[in-house]
Amino acid sequence: MSHAVHEPNWPARIVIALAALIALILAVALAVTIGEMRIPLRTALEALANGLFALDFPVGAIEQGVIFDYRLSRALMAGLCGGALALSGAILQALLRNPLAEPYVLGISAGASTGAVAVLILGVGIGGATLTVSAGAFIGSCAALAVVAMLAAGAGGASDRVILAGVATSQIFNAATATIVTTLASAEQARGVMFWLLGNFGGVRWPDLWIAAPVAVLGFAICMLHAKVLDAFAFGVDAAASLGVAVTRVKVVLFATTAVMTAVMVSIVGTVGFVGLIIPHAARFLVGSGHARLLPACLVVGAIFMILADILSRVLIPQQILPIGVVTALFGAPVFAIILHRARLPA
Amino acid sequence: MTLATREARWGAAGRMIVDGVTLQAAPGRVLGLIGPNGSGKSSLLRLLCRLRNVASGVVTLDGQDIAGVPRRRLARRLAFVEQQATTDIQLCVCDVVRLGRTPHRTALASWNGQDEAAVNQALERVGLADRHDQPWHTLSGGERQRVHIARALAQEPSELILDEPTNHLDIRHQLAILGLVRRLGITCIMALHDLNLAAMFCDEIALLHEGRLQAAGPPDTVLTPNAIQRIFGVSVAIGSGASGRRHIEYLVETEPGSGGAGID
Repeated sequence: MSHAVHEPNWPARIVIALAALIALILAVALAVTIGEMRIPLRTALEALANGLFALDFPVGAIEQGVIFDYRLSRALMAGLCGGALALSGAILQALLRNPLAEPYVLGISAGASTGAVAVLILGVGIGGATLTVSAGAFIGSCAALAVVAMLAAGAGGASDRVILAGVATSQIFNAATATIVTTLASAEQARGVMFWLLGNFGGVRWPDLWIAAPVAVLGFAICMLHAKVLDAFAFGVDAAASLGVAVTRVKVVLFATTAVMTAVMVSIVGTVGFVGLIIPHAARFLVGSGHARLLPACLVVGAIFMILADILSRVLIPQQILPIGVVTALFGAPVFAIILHRARLPA
Repeated sequence: MTLATREARWGAAGRMIVDGVTLQAAPGRVLGLIGPNGSGKSSLLRLLCRLRNVASGVVTLDGQDIAGVPRRRLARRLAFVEQQATTDIQLCVCDVVRLGRTPHRTALASWNGQDEAAVNQALERVGLADRHDQPWHTLSGGERQRVHIARALAQEPSELILDEPTNHLDIRHQLAILGLVRRLGITCIMALHDLNLAAMFCDEIALLHEGRLQAAGPPDTVLTPNAIQRIFGVSVAIGSGASGRRHIEYLVETEPGSGGAGID
């Protein structure tokens, strides 16, 4: 009986949580062992043990560096990034009641990259102190969010207008980014920025994780506290308000949360499309549309998807690394088509 | 005491839509809001459950200004059923009715027996207990409206506000929905279009025109030929139908030159 579905079923929950954790660990393990440089599994495990538990297995300095400082930090970053973007997509889709909403489509990622580029190339600062790239990205993403909201409200505020507003916002901020890069950056800077804009985990090191991990964890916690409230948006804003939801406060808190998560991820790895769009749909397909289950599912599925996409970006073309955004789109689009077809999502 | 407004005003884009309405619902009775399109019925209902805030005047619940009541607490007293609210999200009947428990649950509360009982009881009351697991998208218009009423009942409200709950339903479903509302035994305030149905199912009628309250009271005293002519611009004759109940007959020519009674 479905009456039992909503009653806490602890053994089943623990099994599912464990399965998700094992899948995540396997994805990370795969990411750590696969790469240009062939490193035996045993060596890889020893290097991990050395790094994580300060042990002293005899591992060459190069292998140790590749496994622990390069591949592990990169895999974890990919996981955090995929999870946070998928979570942001799920939140935006619920609040805006539009199945196509996500940070990339709405121009929030574009705004974040404009902010980040402004800091990187112009050294924009406040009161003499240069901003960090993350802070610049956050200001940019908030600006983009404000522009989307203004354009959508100006167009009548219907939920389908939000996507059009997002398209316009993306154009505005991409144009701003291109202007900064083409007029003010040196050739070398421009090349670096363009590569970074398409999404790239190559430059990720441990200090990046100390920013990304707390943001993702905190963001997830905030979203989970709003899980029931997000369900109440199913029939629109007025329905949510009449169910006792403080709509304005919830929107401000959750839009800000998605803006911060998107900004931090963009400032570290660049803009990655499609993850925020497809993962929530895939997760709904797996666990249904109740947010108490959907949000954790987005986090896990998004993380695994991004880790696997990053592995592909490294091995698909020998000797070359594809931008991660290219891989997510390449694999995300067909998966999305299949989901659309199978689930007959009302779009 | 229940819901009341005093000199409630609300406007949009420089136009007064609700213009100084003073109205009181009677506990446990059904109050019908009647008026032409654009007379402010929907807006007044939204002011009553604070989906919009009055520009001036006051809306009170048990004598207390609702402007100061936290939204969650308000939602445990007042439930609102919109016209034709639907969703793209794939939900089943029980998921929708469970939403009614939102104001009773804190962020970390898990689903408990009281919630489950409220949901099952609400489904029982609207006669959809056997549709518990049916997907929302497979329901007919009348069934969807009943699910919304069940969702509202799961809030365990003492006042229920309905915005044209019979819109777009066939006559059998209109009668079923209104009969259901009538039997709930809680204070109901609903906007309606059909004058005869309003007269049949409401204890009291409030007649709105251009945002102003024109008359309020029992159907017999409010729905007079004069008032209907003045506000709707339609001539009517009021007689008694086959059941002996008051019946409002619209005096219009159905075909040009057919010789029936016309507007003079």
